[in-house]
Amino acid sequence: MCMVNEIDYGTPASKSDRMVTLTIDGKVVTVPEGTSIMRAAREAGIEVPKLCANDMMKAYGSCRLCLIEIEGRNGTPASCTTPVAEGIKVATQTDRLGSIRRGVMELYMSDHPADCPACAEGDCDMVEMAAKVGLTENRYGPNGENHVAPLLHGDTNPHFREQDLSNPYFAYDPAKCIVCSLCVRACGEVQGTFALTVEGRGFESRIAASMDDPFLESECVSCGACVQACPTGALREKTVIEKGMPEWSAVTTCAYCGVGCTFKAEMRGEEVVRMVPYKEGQANRGHSCVKGRFAWGYATHKDRILNPMIREKITDPWQEVSWDEAFAYIAKEFRRLQYQYGKGSVGGITSSRCTNEETYLVQKLVRQGFGNNNVDTCARVCHSPTGYGLRMTYGTSAGTQDFDSVEHTDVVLVIGANPTDAHPVFGSRMKKRLREGARLIVIDPRRIDLVRTPHVQADYHLPLRPGTNVAMLTALAHVIVEEGLVDEQFVRERCDWDAFQDWAEFVLQPEHSPEAVEKYTGVPAEQVRAAARLYATGGNAAIYYGLGVTEHSQGSTAVMAIANLAMATGNIGRPGVGVNPLRGQNNVQGSCDMGSFPHELPGYRHIADDATRAVYESLWGVKLDNEPGLRIPNMLDAAVDGSFKGLYVQGEDILQSDPNTKHVAAGLAAMECVVVHDLFLNETANYAHVFLPGSTFLEKDGTFTNAERRINRVRKVMEPKNKYADWEVTQKMAQALGLDWNYQHPSEIMDEIAKTTPTFAGVSFDLLDRVGSVQWPCNEKAPLGTPVMHMDGFVRGKGRFIRTAYVPTDEKVGPRFPLLLTTGRILSQYNVGAQTRRTANMTWHEEDRLEIHPNDAEDRGIRDGDYVKLASRSGETSLRARITDRVAPGVVYTTFHHPDTQANVVTTEYSDWATNCPEYKVTAVQVSPSNGPTEWQRDYNDQAKRSRRIVHAEPAE
Amino acid sequence: MQPASTDLITSIMPIIDRWKQEEGPLLPILNGILREFGYVPREVIPTIADALNLSRADVYGVVSFYHDYRAEPTGRHVLKLCRAEACQSMGGDAVAERLQQLLGVRFGETSIDGSVTLEPVYCLGLCACAPSAMLDGEVIGRLDEAKAAEIAAEVRS
Repeated sequence: MCMVNEIDYGTPASKSDRMVTLTIDGKVVTVPEGTSIMRAAREAGIEVPKLCANDMMKAYGSCRLCLIEIEGRNGTPASCTTPVAEGIKVATQTDRLGSIRRGVMELYMSDHPADCPACAEGDCDMVEMAAKVGLTENRYGPNGENHVAPLLHGDTNPHFREQDLSNPYFAYDPAKCIVCSLCVRACGEVQGTFALTVEGRGFESRIAASMDDPFLESECVSCGACVQACPTGALREKTVIEKGMPEWSAVTTCAYCGVGCTFKAEMRGEEVVRMVPYKEGQANRGHSCVKGRFAWGYATHKDRILNPMIREKITDPWQEVSWDEAFAYIAKEFRRLQYQYGKGSVGGITSSRCTNEETYLVQKLVRQGFGNNNVDTCARVCHSPTGYGLRMTYGTSAGTQDFDSVEHTDVVLVIGANPTDAHPVFGSRMKKRLREGARLIVIDPRRIDLVRTPHVQADYHLPLRPGTNVAMLTALAHVIVEEGLVDEQFVRERCDWDAFQDWAEFVLQPEHSPEAVEKYTGVPAEQVRAAARLYATGGNAAIYYGLGVTEHSQGSTAVMAIANLAMATGNIGRPGVGVNPLRGQNNVQGSCDMGSFPHELPGYRHIADDATRAVYESLWGVKLDNEPGLRIPNMLDAAVDGSFKGLYVQGEDILQSDPNTKHVAAGLAAMECVVVHDLFLNETANYAHVFLPGSTFLEKDGTFTNAERRINRVRKVMEPKNKYADWEVTQKMAQALGLDWNYQHPSEIMDEIAKTTPTFAGVSFDLLDRVGSVQWPCNEKAPLGTPVMHMDGFVRGKGRFIRTAYVPTDEKVGPRFPLLLTTGRILSQYNVGAQTRRTANMTWHEEDRLEIHPNDAEDRGIRDGDYVKLASRSGETSLRARITDRVAPGVVYTTFHHPDTQANVVTTEYSDWATNCPEYKVTAVQVSPSNGPTEWQRDYNDQAKRSRRIVHAEPAE
Repeated sequence: MQPASTDLITSIMPIIDRWKQEEGPLLPILNGILREFGYVPREVIPTIADALNLSRADVYGVVSFYHDYRAEPTGRHVLKLCRAEACQSMGGDAVAERLQQLLGVRFGETSIDGSVTLEPVYCLGLCACAPSAMLDGEVIGRLDEAKAAEIAAEVRS
């Protein structure tokens, strides 16, 4: 076990095709034009000393350590800011350079603490650089003016500043800082927040957050880019200060959102010291956000349940039992239920949080072991319309691009997504492109950060009323067809021409014009027309969308409308364009790929397809049911009706994340054996009879598939604290049910997936270990995967245009419920918050708040911070209000990260017509002043408290 | 920091609006505020940042870089005395000491009666007439004890 070390080339790679040859220290080097001399040297194995350069940021040339000499040129230019030129002869090491570097370093060291603990631990480059340039003594001594000592000549030192410990995850110690500006540049260039600056000038200059505020009160979003960039001990992770430097590391994949960032888990023994984003990670390219970088403390949180537990009734306290007892109990109960109530009375739910291999096993358990297709996944409640809509139009259920594609985009259209909060690392990559000049259209009821954030401003923000996406998208299509902006050549070559003509005739109907739909959307027609023109004519145009598109009664229709727009304008099949769903969870793409839906086997093959079933039947040795099984809402309905009795839920909190909480609770309460397999006693576990402790992503091997179809490796860095990784638990459960499973390692599960699934045919752990990651389809035709899909034609053959008629949702405002509620996510928290609530991320978001427009607040006598009751026809809850004009009058908004809020008590049972994806984004509500929690919240909390009692087993003698 | 008062914002908005559409508007806006107030109240930074779609840090970095963008109001007069090498070599130290005595302030301070603010400056480009100073924008050369007294009398009057 050793550290995974990355080479820092000092400046970013040049993208030029023209090559330049030069000589550095006698070595002939050929590099792309525009490469810095520093980088060219490093590629040739020559390390030029440096402090202020880093290959994540543009060259800056401030530290003056990296000077070089070029034959025939005057002076000693900085190698970071000097580009290579044909035929030049560079010397990186001469007596003159050595003497200049020692002089510079001597000055730095005279203002750097002699006892810098970071230097001692190897977390500060200063001592290393001093050694590298051969500095052995310092003529200036420690008694001159400096930033290091609190006292100077017996007085307080005016230059000295105390450490800033306000951020929960990192410390800023100005005494160690050399003001090289790397942190300032990382914050601007990489993260795009611009929270840091250099204050003052000369010897007075200092790094400051915002207006010399504590970091926590500044604009800082705690992404960690500055800490990663800092070459000194000035910015350090608090965990490193507490635990010491890591001893070994492994490359793995973050388990938060669908961006799927690659990290190095840096370890001491079995303890994580820090997570550092990995530059070779093709999704994140060395960047991170506050969740992946810092919020991993939940993995060892005291709330984690480590022993299996059972109870006969959900009103009983939990009894800790051995793993064998738990498996035997489950096997007995599930067999009993199936005997008593029929084969279809049990089912399973796979998790978008678990690995592909684990998900595959759960659906296999249901199909092979339970003998039915009652398997579903949490993607039901988020991106099932994406799967349906894109399959109908293009032929595959996934996004068309990789994230790198955004670097070639000229027009970004964001609809129903909030990348800077929900997919922050991709948000930063998008903002970088926008700062380079790409244009931006935002379609969202709320003024998300992207609409206007330092150095980025949307050209058009179309603040439509929640629930009118389809009307808006069809109006955009209307303009494109009416104004002759269709890419006819593309459509004729690549798409079904008849379907196009039918669609064009449909969208041209006057009722789809922006002028006509204005009455639904509330967006001025001229704005819609201008946005449509920009999208169709602005160059490479890419659409990025999220749950604001899918979680509607017309979610699938909206996805198809998006697909239509991209086809009509020829924005498919090359870098920089495409249709890009921003997936919510780390492995939601993978869980869908792995056959988690009741009607699909892995690789999106319908269960009714005899040939596909035959593959699995011969391998698994069972006859598979050719009828689709129950979806989650159907399972709950059936449970209430008394025909569905047993459920295995892996890593999902359906009680908190599924709509109409009361109905979910009633369904679960009606079952006789609910098995919850999770890290924590989540809300669903309040209704469970068996609790199986889960393992974290740090405790297992496997793969996650991110929003760009990228299959990334997850690597085990510690033994599961609960004894078994999740795949082992499912396997042992299967064995208890009498199945002959015998996987020794998750790689064997992936081999089975590859053997049976054409789109995964080329995937193996060996391949992933060699190349890092691949994007499916990965098979004979594309041995290293497929970054951009539909390059030479659509997967389904000809792209298919589909009519997208706008049907207003049945959820309408009226006198009793005059406001529309829509929901979203915030940067520091993640979904139901089971993980982030158990970390210091709580510092930023202690509670969910209801955003309400000042006019609506005033009408109701609500002041900022007041408790308000939020009521819909489904139920009511209470939370505190935040008054803001980010939402339009008539619209209110909240996040759903805290179980106390129970926003889904309010949401209704309406769902997408095609996929049952719940309509979370539109609920008619009323808001009124309130004194505190509602009766439901109080009852629920009492029940939860009772339900979480545990009787600990006596330790064995 | 206190948020800027409505009055303050009302008075800087015309300055921001005057320059907002120009290329590189930040320095002209800060100069405009300096002309209007004689200093740059730090509370206005968020307003400027918002108007120009910059971060607060962006604006603060620029404001704190230039000594002229003072955080506090000055006295009625501003005296800048050159403390750079040429003036020092021509007796600038003695003049500096004398002026501080006469005015009753140290460098960077404003006298209690509000008559004058004394600031160091590093080269006025007037080395040929060293030691030199600048009083309310007017340069004065060949400073000596007599001229120092004259200046003190003038700012006090």
